[in-house]
Amino acid sequence: MEIVVFIEVRDGVAKKSSLEAASEARRRADQHGWKVAALLVGSPLEEAAAKVASYKPDRILLADDALFASYSSQSYSAALAEAVRQENAHTVFVSATTMGKEVAARTAAKFQTSVLADVVSIERDGNTWKTRRPVYSGKAYAEVQSKEGAPVFITLRPNVFSAGAPDPKAKPEASKLSVPIQPQDVKERVVETHKAVSETVELTEAEIVVSGGRGLKGPENFHLVGDLAKALGAAMGASRAVVDAGWIDHQFQVGQTGKVVSPVLYIACGISGAIQHLAGMSSSKYIVAINKDPDAPIFKIADYGIVGDALQILPLLTEEVKKLKSE
Amino acid sequence: MNIIVFIKQVPDTATRIKIASDGKNIEEAEVTWIISPYDEYAIEEALKIKEGKGTGKVTVVSMGPERAATSLRNALAMGADEAVHLLDPAFEGSDAFTTAKILSGAVKNRPHDLLLFGKTGVGMDQSQVPAMVAEILGLPLVTQIAKLEVGDSKIVAHREIEGATETVECSIPAVLAAEKGLNEPRYPSLKGIMAAKKKPLETLNAAAIGISAAEAGAQGSGSIVNSLSLPPSRQAGKILQGDSQDVAKQLVHLLHDEAKVI
Repeated sequence: MEIVVFIEVRDGVAKKSSLEAASEARRRADQHGWKVAALLVGSPLEEAAAKVASYKPDRILLADDALFASYSSQSYSAALAEAVRQENAHTVFVSATTMGKEVAARTAAKFQTSVLADVVSIERDGNTWKTRRPVYSGKAYAEVQSKEGAPVFITLRPNVFSAGAPDPKAKPEASKLSVPIQPQDVKERVVETHKAVSETVELTEAEIVVSGGRGLKGPENFHLVGDLAKALGAAMGASRAVVDAGWIDHQFQVGQTGKVVSPVLYIACGISGAIQHLAGMSSSKYIVAINKDPDAPIFKIADYGIVGDALQILPLLTEEVKKLKSE
Repeated sequence: MNIIVFIKQVPDTATRIKIASDGKNIEEAEVTWIISPYDEYAIEEALKIKEGKGTGKVTVVSMGPERAATSLRNALAMGADEAVHLLDPAFEGSDAFTTAKILSGAVKNRPHDLLLFGKTGVGMDQSQVPAMVAEILGLPLVTQIAKLEVGDSKIVAHREIEGATETVECSIPAVLAAEKGLNEPRYPSLKGIMAAKKKPLETLNAAAIGISAAEAGAQGSGSIVNSLSLPPSRQAGKILQGDSQDVAKQLVHLLHDEAKVI
């Protein structure tokens, strides 16, 4: 098995971005005549394993033990390292999520190497990988290449690589992976998880993001952004200005000291477009800007612009979207 | 409690990035250098922990060229007790693992209960070094910390992950990485700035931390940056004309029929 792909399982479900990584592994393996082993860590894993199977890895490895029921970077990286050794992998794909970044970095360090981190494209070059990754939150891109010598760890930016079409008939062999780790080796553990009480989707994984800025005038109007997001099935975002002003929690911030997003559609409402904000969203496929100031920098990168008051336009847009969805 | 805070000097987030003539680095001529914003939360947290316990020592460590000393002085002015500058031309071009090796080498023989980082170095945006230092030193790791309680032998941290918040417990010593929102970093006072001038700032090179030149820098790294480039520039598109009702209708129509994204 030449490619090992790490599948992140949360609440028994395989994360979408991990399925993207599995699909990319399949595509690369098909090109080069390699095999793919998908590693799932957690407990229970049945439902996630069935889902992953349809993305056609050659083999599924299950690290299913009570020790893995709650996440720890120590135990999960021990599992990934064991899979890499057992499968003699030359390449490891992990989705660049919070968990993925930790597990990939810890495991790579066990092999005395770095991670080609958060890449948006990859290319095989001889026995090395050439990757492209955003730096300065997307103000620039770096081409980073691995040197010869296995294994190469690559984390793939979520929402960039296509998840491809699953094949429900695929039946890869599954086997249990035994991981040489003892409970006393695990010094951190997650004791509690609260799912975000949000009617909208997670920001970094969303196909559509609706963001609000100072043009909304006050926190009491922010629900207008939420309403449109809900109508579109989108995630909600915010500019740094309104996060710093305390209108909304930091987890919604898009930009250089917040989240970097690349949805299919980004709607910026009452956001002028400071450099650090643009850095966080300018790789979106389509950008819509709604702003009172016709000279706002956001219009320079927007595919569609509306010069007007977001407070007025937003409710009308939400209505129009609802009409469209009910057709 | 001995707290070590790792900081990185980075271009101000308002910087317009230009590529240098070598095509591999950024043009530094007009750059204002700052402490990476997430690292400021780490410094502040270290100072708060020390103040809360009424005892302890906060050491700031940075790997970087000569100019990084300014950021270390700033951290001392905020209230850190001492600083270590890892300075050697051999360090240039180090990738994340090599950097982690250098940082670990610099602190492994110093007393440490907590090793604090920002969750990512603004710029290279990799979020790898804290996890790698944790692995090299055999320590537990908690990243993206938005709230932290430090006991005598363990910490409890709250952090935000995709679509959820987690509470994590971990034993001390540990590697911790700060998220925005953890605290409000203080500004150095005039008194702090004056005091910082007299605080110890030690400079260590590769030999001093037992790392050979061949192990460090681009030579010792498993990955290399071939080139930097600017993203393709986006063109301004259509400005929709009409009254509010009109433009709302037009936009939904365009997104549905032209862009086909809703």
